[in-house]
Amino acid sequence: MNVVDTIILLLIAAIAYGTPLLFGTLGEILTEKSGNLNLGVEGIMFMGGAIGLGGMFYFEKLTGISSYPLSVLVAILAAFLAGALASLIFSFLTITLRTNQNVTGLALAIFGTGVGQFAGEMMRIRVGGYVSLSLELKNALPASPFPQFLQDVPYVGKLLFGNSIFFYLGILAAVGMHLFLKKSRKGLYLRAVGENPATADSAGISVTRYKYLATIIGGGISAVGGVVYIITTAGCTWNNEGLSGVGWLAVALVIFCLWRPLSAIWGSVLFGALMILYMRLQLSFIPTELYKILPYVVTVIVLIISSLRNNKEKQPPAGLGLAYFREDR
Amino acid sequence: MDDQIKSPLLRLDKRSKDSLGPVSVWGIRLGSIVFALLLGCIAILLTGNSPIKAYGTMINGALGSAVYRQQTVKKAIPLLGCALAIAPCFKMRFWNIGAEGQITAGALAATFVARLLSSSFPGDKPSLPLLLLMALAALLLGGLWGLIPGFFKAKWNTNETLFTLMMNYIIIGVVAWLQAGPWEARQGRIAQFAPAAQLPKVAGVHCGWIIVLALVILVHVYMKHTKHGYEIAVIGDSMRTAQYAGMNVGRIMMRTMFLSGAISGLVGFIICAGANHTLAKEIAGGVGFTSITVAWLSQLNAFAMIAISLLLGVLSKGADTLQTVMNVPVAISDIITGLLLFCMLGSEFFINYRIILRKKNGKGGAAQ
Repeated sequence: MNVVDTIILLLIAAIAYGTPLLFGTLGEILTEKSGNLNLGVEGIMFMGGAIGLGGMFYFEKLTGISSYPLSVLVAILAAFLAGALASLIFSFLTITLRTNQNVTGLALAIFGTGVGQFAGEMMRIRVGGYVSLSLELKNALPASPFPQFLQDVPYVGKLLFGNSIFFYLGILAAVGMHLFLKKSRKGLYLRAVGENPATADSAGISVTRYKYLATIIGGGISAVGGVVYIITTAGCTWNNEGLSGVGWLAVALVIFCLWRPLSAIWGSVLFGALMILYMRLQLSFIPTELYKILPYVVTVIVLIISSLRNNKEKQPPAGLGLAYFREDR
Repeated sequence: MDDQIKSPLLRLDKRSKDSLGPVSVWGIRLGSIVFALLLGCIAILLTGNSPIKAYGTMINGALGSAVYRQQTVKKAIPLLGCALAIAPCFKMRFWNIGAEGQITAGALAATFVARLLSSSFPGDKPSLPLLLLMALAALLLGGLWGLIPGFFKAKWNTNETLFTLMMNYIIIGVVAWLQAGPWEARQGRIAQFAPAAQLPKVAGVHCGWIIVLALVILVHVYMKHTKHGYEIAVIGDSMRTAQYAGMNVGRIMMRTMFLSGAISGLVGFIICAGANHTLAKEIAGGVGFTSITVAWLSQLNAFAMIAISLLLGVLSKGADTLQTVMNVPVAISDIITGLLLFCMLGSEFFINYRIILRKKNGKGGAAQ
């Protein structure tokens, strides 16, 4: 195998591992743009993974329909609802009841991982074995939605057209979010709420409504990442270990791509590559277990570098993590 | 037509300090715990079991006999120790969520010393000098693991939440490597400690409980009655005030993080020398995260942490029993812990604010 083939294979695998991160990151970007720092992404993605899988599984079992598009839809919908519900708890606590965002986010991380594992285990007990979809769905879901001849184009075919549908949906979501934030009036209002809620409030923008909606929708998008992980890399089965750490990487990735949805695309592919490098590019002088911590080491370096920059364009939303109470102004 | 000023249905009013008596305050807090346990019933009902029976099984499994009680205390010890470690950081509004890694770092250092020096301490009794050396090593490496993010936060304001979190995965990866490679005894496990490196038992439980109870008093005194504690409180309230008063915020931050990491490291030593008698990558087992709950629910009060850590110890031991007896996934304890945290966090709102309903006035204009 030559070098080009190796790189292409690595990139394809990186995309597969990066797609869950892409959704996790995009959701958190939207949340943070409203000034809410939701640290519960880890829990949200667990819930999305378990409940999304449960949705697909029971949908197939109850209706007997093994349809690719329907299953994709059910997975996304179930995961989105789970994430939205989890974020609703977070929003109610932080926005209405004015609790500390950091601690509430951590509570959501504990709660969400608990719910995810609980749901996964419960399904396993009910079914009496591994929860798994039918073989044809299992093969169809992570496969490419494009026709074979496009994938057969030399070199770039597999890379451009051979990925799961979720990667393309993720790109669409990123572009959509970019346009929403930069080009639409509502996006401008949302950014205003995140930068300076007091000013936005006096301009007649409903801070509470924007914060609630952005956090809930953002949580839903993040949760889709969980089910994408289950479908594309976990073989459509639930295991308790798999998703661990992905949500936290997504939170770090938000900083890495400077709250820009478009940067999240290549950022997540890069982190996907870091996550699988130990399998694809074995180096005899680095033990596997040490190799596996590479993404975390890189994240630390990224955090340090991004804190060294003092560029006005590259800062978090000014109101991030701060609660806003009209009465306390 | 109706030009009356519309007043909202619900209105908030900040309570003046101490307007609510301690009885009402604790009533609200206890009420929130009860509410959380009621919400937990939903999860239990989903498994097809009766909540009353399930909670009964949990309480019996955690407190039903002397052995169970000892196991519950064993679970509460690291939670309490780690909550004490986290308290100064959180008081400073420094979001250290790296206790998990700091525990692991401490355990790693203690194991290193135990392996290095065990041959010099033969005999089948715990050896005080060896245990002290292990504890010292744990304090140092745990402290260092906390100091690194503290240093970068102080120098360049690097995001400490994610930094401390990533440090968890890094040290856990290092232990995974040691476990599968250089330190492996058999089947990916590290050998059991020699008797000299095991904490002695007092009243049926390893003596870690005495250490953490001593820590409760030490941390309480440190936070409430020393200059360091005062500086931490000022930084937590307002960084600018601290700077204006001439405090060296960066140095205080690094000092506090070293201290916090060191205490977590000591907890790591207690877990590996007292409970497990070996090192594994799962050694912290989520204690670092759950103890954040303990610290915050206790309002960073060292004595309240004893009660909360015991409560969560009961939950966790009870959930283990629930799994073996009624086949309910053990993750139920995480769910109930999360619910407890949600409810108790939310309950502070009702302690700090009063909700006023719109009054119906004589004109009846508001009624629709």
